[in-house]
Amino acid sequence: MSNPKLLEVCNLRVEFPTRRGTLVAVDDVSLDISAGEVLGVVGESGAGKSMTGSAIIGLLEPPGRIAGGEIRLEGRRIDNLPYTEMRKIRGRQIGAIFQDPLTSLNPLYTIGDQLIETILTHLPLSHAQARDRAVKLLEDVGIPSASERISHYPHQFSGGMRQRVVIALALAAEPKLIIADEPTTALDVSIQAQIIALLKRLCREHGTAVMLVTHDMGVIAETADRVAVMYAGRIAEIGPVQDVIKRPHHPYTIGLMGAIPTMTHKVERLTQIDGSMPRLNAIPKGCAFNPRCPKVFDRCYRDRPDPMPAGSGLAACWLVEEKAHV
Amino acid sequence: MSKSNVPMLTVTGLKRVFDVSAPWLNRVLERKPRTFVRAVDGVGFSIDKGETFSLVGESGCGKSTVARLIVGLYEPTEGSISFEGVEIGPAAERAKHPDIQGRMQMIFQDPYASLNPRWRVGDIIAEPIRFRRLLKDKKALDDRVAALLTQVGLSPVDAAKYPHEFSGGQRQRISIARALAGEPEFLVCDEPTSALDVSVQAQILNLMKDLQRKLGLTYLFISHNLAVVYHVSDKVGVMYLGRLVEWADTQTLFNRPQHPYTRMLLDAIPDLDMSGRARVPVAGEVPSPLNPPPGCSFHPRCPFANERCKREVPKAIPVPGGAVACHAVEEGRLPPWKAQAAA
Repeated sequence: MSNPKLLEVCNLRVEFPTRRGTLVAVDDVSLDISAGEVLGVVGESGAGKSMTGSAIIGLLEPPGRIAGGEIRLEGRRIDNLPYTEMRKIRGRQIGAIFQDPLTSLNPLYTIGDQLIETILTHLPLSHAQARDRAVKLLEDVGIPSASERISHYPHQFSGGMRQRVVIALALAAEPKLIIADEPTTALDVSIQAQIIALLKRLCREHGTAVMLVTHDMGVIAETADRVAVMYAGRIAEIGPVQDVIKRPHHPYTIGLMGAIPTMTHKVERLTQIDGSMPRLNAIPKGCAFNPRCPKVFDRCYRDRPDPMPAGSGLAACWLVEEKAHV
Repeated sequence: MSKSNVPMLTVTGLKRVFDVSAPWLNRVLERKPRTFVRAVDGVGFSIDKGETFSLVGESGCGKSTVARLIVGLYEPTEGSISFEGVEIGPAAERAKHPDIQGRMQMIFQDPYASLNPRWRVGDIIAEPIRFRRLLKDKKALDDRVAALLTQVGLSPVDAAKYPHEFSGGQRQRISIARALAGEPEFLVCDEPTSALDVSVQAQILNLMKDLQRKLGLTYLFISHNLAVVYHVSDKVGVMYLGRLVEWADTQTLFNRPQHPYTRMLLDAIPDLDMSGRARVPVAGEVPSPLNPPPGCSFHPRCPFANERCKREVPKAIPVPGGAVACHAVEEGRLPPWKAQAAA
């Protein structure tokens, strides 16, 4: 392929050893992101989407650990790097935006201090140059009177403004990839629209790739180029965003799309997927979706499907293979 | 006066002011003034029997305060709440009508915080029945709890379990069963699905609709999610900084929104069908309710604001299908709303 992959994740497996046995939070996940691309990762709580993000950036909370697979950034393996090496990559090559902008900023330092520290850690600049860059970044993310605001503390900002500061921090060292974990979930809908527009604009201008982790399909539809739908630690379906939304192949994706209330047409009842996602200690044998699947058949209880070509993407469902044979 | 013509619930000029002043000593030493938040500032609407009225707005707009005022968790500072024509606004009035209080119940947002972790599910659900002394006999009570659990899609054996054994969606079903136990006619639902995943949200919304049809319930539904509101409501009220800026029946509000704030909200929702559609980014943020702007509180963010909007609080004027509080609508200087369906 002519377009080199920026990030490649192959067969990633994340485990949590507990007293009652090992829980597999992410199981055999493979995905890739090209330079400048926005990959949406969507799923319900406990699907493993945030875990995948944390594993890539090397911030898995112990006892969680990467138990298998490879993560490559521009062809270089980063999943087995020592802590100090990973620190150099984090921030410089991979930036991060988390859900709650209040907890990702240190309340005891001004936002200027935090921005300048990040810039000085990663870029060969003097303190004065770093400060200029920090002001420039704050202007870039749409914070009014940035040169005054730079000496303010996080509590003096509103939620939306704080998230702008966090985006400025993530962009401070011009990383090639940003992992954005539910960046707009804590925000009101009008502020959410502002932040999404900002993120899209900045990534286009800087050519930054984004892995956008969210449970909100609407945000994905607006922002992402491709989308990976996760279920019970595995990828159920991955493909171009329009195809996955309009012509989903996996029964879980089909159910998920029908379960979202829309404003374009009023329906009496929403499509309902009965039951809920299995807990990590009780993932069914075969396809993890089999207890809830309306189209389940005997093979689903026996064998676990891997993602296979379906339309323009991949779907992990035996039905896809059945259809191909017919 | 026949009962059928009276709306189930009528709220007029409802106000609630919270005192958020610094402690007395700080006020004396630092000469700080007393500060008040007008969380709800003159809200009025009515709900007919069997319909679903939704209040929608961003955080801090006062929608949850309205819900709590109606069920009596707060006492209104001013204004009236009447249930089938009986005034229940002031706590003293409400205390005279325990029967009315029993006919309304509330479902809360967080199913993890609203169930007592030390009580068995059966006891949680039986509590309203015991409190209202609806059933005396133990066997009848157990049967009723089992029937309620079945009604919300759980199993009668779940009565012996504790809340931690259930997922978020199942807990919200327990909350609904508890709310239904007292045989209410009017349910106040404060963001009942916003803590849930979409597939579970769909289950709960379907359940609520089924129950409404079967039991003839009336809902006041509080949400910040416009798509959910569009799905469940017959009528919708939009709140901004403690005031109702527009209310109308659902189709009118979503197809022909009048107030600039409603239009802004509708424009801000990410749309599944139009991938990559350019949206008009909304400028500004919700001002602090401690210090709301004078005049129309939306004027600093409104593209159509003029001098009058900065001075004068707009009054609600009736429009086809509802009412709207906006000077620009009154003066007819608002451009028509682009029909979303056409895009």
